[in-house]
Amino acid sequence: MRDLVRSNMRNPNAIAYFLMAVVALFFPAVVQFASGGSGDYLVGLAADGGVYMLMAIGLNVVVGFAGLLDLGYAAFFAIGSYTYALVASNHLGVTPIEHSLHVPFWLALFIGMFVAAGAGALLGAPTLRLRGDYLAIVTLGFGEIVPRVFRNGGVWTGGVPGISALDVPTLPGWFQGPWVGQDFGWVPDFRFTTANLTAYYVLMVVLITFVVILVNNLHGSRLGRAWMAVREDETAAAASGVNTVSVKLLAFSIGAATSGFAGAFYGAKLSYVSGENFGFIVSVTVLAMVVLGGMGNIPGAMLGAIVLYFILFWLLPNAPLQMENLASSLGLGFLNQSTPDGWPGIAEVVSRSKYVIFGVILVGIMLLRPQGLLPSQIRKQELRHEEHEAIAAPRQLQA
Amino acid sequence: MAAMVQRLRASVISTPTASLINLVGIAVVAVAAVASVQRIYQGGATYFFQTMGFGLAEGAIFALVALGYTMVYGIIELINFAHGDVFTLGAFFSLALMPTFGLTEGKISGAAIILPLLGLFVVTMLFCALVNVVIERVAYRPLRRAPRLAPLITAIGMSALLEGVMNVWRGPFNLHYPDFLPEYQIPLGGGVTIAAKAVMVIVIAVVLMVVLTLFVNRSKLGKAMRATAQDRDAAQLMGIDINRTISATFFIGAALAGAGGIIYGLYYNSVQAFDGFQYGLYAFTAAVFGGIGNIPGAALGGMLIGIIFAISDGYFSVAWTQVLIFAILIFVLVFRPTGLLGMRVPEK
Repeated sequence: MRDLVRSNMRNPNAIAYFLMAVVALFFPAVVQFASGGSGDYLVGLAADGGVYMLMAIGLNVVVGFAGLLDLGYAAFFAIGSYTYALVASNHLGVTPIEHSLHVPFWLALFIGMFVAAGAGALLGAPTLRLRGDYLAIVTLGFGEIVPRVFRNGGVWTGGVPGISALDVPTLPGWFQGPWVGQDFGWVPDFRFTTANLTAYYVLMVVLITFVVILVNNLHGSRLGRAWMAVREDETAAAASGVNTVSVKLLAFSIGAATSGFAGAFYGAKLSYVSGENFGFIVSVTVLAMVVLGGMGNIPGAMLGAIVLYFILFWLLPNAPLQMENLASSLGLGFLNQSTPDGWPGIAEVVSRSKYVIFGVILVGIMLLRPQGLLPSQIRKQELRHEEHEAIAAPRQLQA
Repeated sequence: MAAMVQRLRASVISTPTASLINLVGIAVVAVAAVASVQRIYQGGATYFFQTMGFGLAEGAIFALVALGYTMVYGIIELINFAHGDVFTLGAFFSLALMPTFGLTEGKISGAAIILPLLGLFVVTMLFCALVNVVIERVAYRPLRRAPRLAPLITAIGMSALLEGVMNVWRGPFNLHYPDFLPEYQIPLGGGVTIAAKAVMVIVIAVVLMVVLTLFVNRSKLGKAMRATAQDRDAAQLMGIDINRTISATFFIGAALAGAGGIIYGLYYNSVQAFDGFQYGLYAFTAAVFGGIGNIPGAALGGMLIGIIFAISDGYFSVAWTQVLIFAILIFVLVFRPTGLLGMRVPEK
């Protein structure tokens, strides 16, 4: 035990995992304690943040490991959500099929995942031969098409209002214990209802743990090494016997699968899906999370997801009110009133400036710390290696 | 010789799956063409010319914006996501400047608008051009040697930043843009008419594009641009100031986008802070359609996308038009990544 601790003391990834695990474990209890039992909203927010974290982990496989820029990642999220909505609600009953499906939650979660992975493979097969930025454009186009198809899908997808009243998650039937339907410490009742968001939170933590272990193993596997080889130099990888097309296709599909998985959970949590929730902004947000945290590093992507989610969904929505209070307490209360010459009041200005902050984060990170908050150790070593080479040989001009 | 024959054979006879995919592609295009022709025939000539008027006017604006994408991509291989927002910025800026030029709706009309409008065009184009040059200087130049992903991400960031600034400035509302263009229809004979508005938009856009083409083909700076696009290092060795040339490319591209923004405002009489992103994507599709990096290709692609847009809107379903445009984008990239006029460029 002591050896394990000592050997990981200086490993930032191990520290990050440890800290995230501790925070994840104690977060609901601390929040409930600090807010006097009314912290459900925050716990629910954290569960939603977990959806983004799952997506960040998945996109990290595509962008960070295999070096494929996917700008339509939300499309797979949408596909996962809608698949869940179709197989786990009354909706199929109102379509020409006239028989609604209620697949159990755990099965539906994986159906959503596999359908998204299939869509990823279908899109990837003809397009992964394209050069890097063409692939980015194809995925961007795909990401724009999918939500619109769902929105225009008429009776099949519920059209613009989407599909509501999806089945809520349930624990698997064989999963019995004192915590089911009974008070258990700070988990008052482990049933998935809108009033009990802690259950969703715990489920999210379990799912993330599962995905992180899976992706971590993939990263260390033969396939993971092939991804990195393709990322660094596709020609060299192909010459060394890596089947680049299938390797890239696998990265793409695994990324899509994670997104679909997250989408299915998202649908179950909201109990509602609509084409409006999967726009380009979602894809960009997840990409920004991966970039912010550190491309190619799993705990980095997770950290990026936490930080950006906190900024976008907690700081920014609360900022307008805070600014209004600040202005009042500074004696600048007149700033809170909107005036006829175009000043909409300080709260409105702050809430409108969301995109400005978003842009500044993206540009700032890329300019000031392009390796991200928690950079990948392997890439760091590679970079250091290159520096040595650069000293030995005169720097070559790069095209 | 043998190698050449082999290469030729490889380009003609491809793998069975590839030829199957190509067959499917040709079939889809053929079905779409037949369906369109049938609907157009049923719709009658008057409706067709009206639709074409819309399509060409919209296509002219797409083409103006697409030129900026294609020039920037041609020279530094960057998809400048902020370009669409520079276009909206042109509309916003000119809207704010209109009273200064005495362009108030209802107070000025007829030929009197030409001179102030010309001034408005010049000032707006300069402003947008300077903004774009600053964007390049701040967000793209420091990353020129960085991995390809880095400037793409700052481009997305800059797009968000511009949208945010416009959103803070005027709010997320549809703003009314004054209507100065004449409303009458020009008769073409046989009861067929075309809107004067559309004709004016097309004329302005075509003039700007001709000037651009002459500039790129004839001027020294244009030559420098072409050289830099072809081989940046060799151009540098020949004494071309790369940074200045790239700045000039951003300058010209944004000036055209700014002009496009004014034309868009005058034609549709409404702008919104987040319009630029969508519109930029359509324009980018046009650039890819025509062959990215190819200036006549962008103009052609813009016109074609405009016409497809109008036909889909006019004869099929408005709701599916956007899906169709992005499907075309994917289609072109899968079947003909070089676009209609593009040439096969080796990956640098």
